[in-house]
Amino acid sequence: MSFGRPLLRTSYEADAAILPTWFQKGSAIVALLGVTLMALGFGPLEAIPKFLLGNTWINPVTITVVFAIAALGINILVGVTGQVSLGHAFFMGTGAYTAVMLGGNVGEEESWKACVPFHDNMGLLAEQGECGLGLPIWIWLPASGVVAAAIGVLVSPAAVKVRGLYLAIVTVGLVFIGLHLGRMLPEWAGDFESGRKWPKLDLRLWKEETPLVEMTEDGKWFGLIHLSEEQKQFFFLFSIMLLMLWFAKNLVRSRTGRALQAIRDRDVAAEVMGVPEFKYKRIGFAISSAYAGIAGALFASLNGRVSPVDFGLLLSVDFIAILLIGGAGTIAGTMLGTVFVELLPEVVEKFTAWMATKLDAGGPVGLISNFLLTEGGEGDFGPISIATVAPGWPMSTFQWNFVIYGVLIVVFLIFEPLGLFGVWLKVRNYWKGWPFSY
Amino acid sequence: MSHLLEVDNIVLRFGGVTAIDGVSFHVDEGELFAVIGPNGAGKTSVFNSLSQVYRPQEGDIKWKGSSIMGLRPDAVAELGIARTFQNIALFGQMTVIDNLLMGRHIRMKGNWWQNMLWKASKAEEMANREKVEDIIDFLEISPYRKMPVALLPYGIQKRVELGRALAMDPELLLLDEPAAGMNLEETEDMARFILDIREELGIAMILVEHDMGLVMDIADRILVVDFGKPIGTGLPEEVQQNPDVIAAYLGGDFVDL
Ligand SMILES: Nc1ncnc2c1ncn2[C@@H]1O[C@H](COP(=O)(O)OP(=O)(O)OP(=O)(O)O)[C@@H](O)[C@H]1O
Ligand SMILES: [Mg+2]
Repeated sequence: MSFGRPLLRTSYEADAAILPTWFQKGSAIVALLGVTLMALGFGPLEAIPKFLLGNTWINPVTITVVFAIAALGINILVGVTGQVSLGHAFFMGTGAYTAVMLGGNVGEEESWKACVPFHDNMGLLAEQGECGLGLPIWIWLPASGVVAAAIGVLVSPAAVKVRGLYLAIVTVGLVFIGLHLGRMLPEWAGDFESGRKWPKLDLRLWKEETPLVEMTEDGKWFGLIHLSEEQKQFFFLFSIMLLMLWFAKNLVRSRTGRALQAIRDRDVAAEVMGVPEFKYKRIGFAISSAYAGIAGALFASLNGRVSPVDFGLLLSVDFIAILLIGGAGTIAGTMLGTVFVELLPEVVEKFTAWMATKLDAGGPVGLISNFLLTEGGEGDFGPISIATVAPGWPMSTFQWNFVIYGVLIVVFLIFEPLGLFGVWLKVRNYWKGWPFSY
Repeated sequence: MSHLLEVDNIVLRFGGVTAIDGVSFHVDEGELFAVIGPNGAGKTSVFNSLSQVYRPQEGDIKWKGSSIMGLRPDAVAELGIARTFQNIALFGQMTVIDNLLMGRHIRMKGNWWQNMLWKASKAEEMANREKVEDIIDFLEISPYRKMPVALLPYGIQKRVELGRALAMDPELLLLDEPAAGMNLEETEDMARFILDIREELGIAMILVEHDMGLVMDIADRILVVDFGKPIGTGLPEEVQQNPDVIAAYLGGDFVDL
């Protein structure tokens, strides 16, 4: 077709940019700067997370960063491709065990296996397996993604042919198979509860004594700046997360990601447009699994150990909650959901602990604390139990968190299917009439 | 000499229902062929057989001389056969631009890892975006470019679907009731687009349409089906004179002609 219209190529590029407007570019830079300063301990900025999460705020935040990677993965499968999977925990576990087999080694032996000390005829001791091949991170981290993706491809023939609820059930099966294998193969998986010891984040060329980049002790980084172990890990993992986010964003703004969305919206029409449905579902499944695998490996590394119990069904459900609360299909929503789902329990916990210190303070604060909390004593009432053992009513903060999520998921499903992202859109559109430019 | 498309005596059954019962026809390059018939006659089933969404139990379908029977729908698309759907099947959550870019899918090469690295696929994305913008201009839908298609009015959705099929650079375009549910003005616009496509791009088309005025005006040849069986084929004038056709349409649109 010839129309002789001047083509504004630059505007197409701007359209396809990750942050299309100057306002968005600016906000992103400010946000990155803010996060960096916060992690460096810049007083006024650090005060916010300190208030919400306590002095050790960087630990839950770093875990959240790792979960964000896994959440980006589940969003590609569930939000973008429209295939509801509950198998994400299984793929995280796959990645975590790949990492510990290749990268772990604090024991004597170099071995794939866990080297759990056995008692004759008495079963195993509840000790962590300490072996591993001791390979460097640039091998075990990509490998954990590749292995998880490969297993994803292996099981995909069963997954691509079923839809909706059936797929959810098939993938739940994966989680149970994983847990079962973990119980059956202690010489590989380590003890079911305590598991195996971690692969360290240190960056080495091979197996040399002093790492290229030290990540597990406080100290100077690149001879420039003194950082704590936690700060180093935060910056390192945050960079990996940004990279994974960039990959995910690139995917959804180009050919492959569009094909995945087309399958989500109208699978028959997608096929008639030339998209081989099974092939693309398999691609979505594999990429999502790779994200899970990498996140699982980093989670294990951060946690200090890997054990089968960590990768149960509740972990998979966490990710569905992230998508439902944040807003499935959008990357911004995924990020919002992750922060909310991972950090809210910490905030509730912290706040409860703070109230517990005010029980005898008197005044309105003491009164409210007394009203909400109970230590389980005679005549002590309140919905939140702070006793060490709290079965049934009153419930612990841990149990309350489940209730809060349940309620939130239902509320979002009914009132705002786009999740927190949808709420943000509404707020933004409301303000659009103002002289702010977006 | 072989035709662009040759349908030879296909039979399609769903359990006890025979949706297509021995239909044969051919389409040549650049031709505008129409398939008409009462409701439930099997017109959409013919389209679904051509794109291999349904698999006829008997007969053969040849594209440029070789059979396409048993190919997957995506492989048929790659051959250069594009279509629209009777009940609009757009990608609802995606924007107009992205829907049309989906039409470019088979004409693009970037695979998943090139896409994830972006640099490797950026040039291709931009080039195809230009193609898509041309089609958007042609169909006069630029105001809606960045809106999710599910939010658009019906008539516009019909146009977007035509655009999506056009974006595939097809050699044969299957249009399933492109003017259904449209008012006079919208129908005229649609007829103009169809004629432009034929004249400027020379794409062969098969048109399924209930609007007899439209069909008689623009079709080169017409096939009439009823209860899955072909009851007449030929030039528009011939078909209008055919007593079987008149009988099938008794009380229908033909009485007015
Ligand atoms: N997937 C299916 N399963 C069972 N029967 C079907 C299926 N698709 C079509 N049919 C039947 O095949 C026959 C032809 O249907 P088809 O949709 O092809 O008719 P049509 O000519 O397009 O009608 P209309 O003008 O209403 O669009 C109908 O009797 C219909 O019920
Ligand atoms: Mg029909």
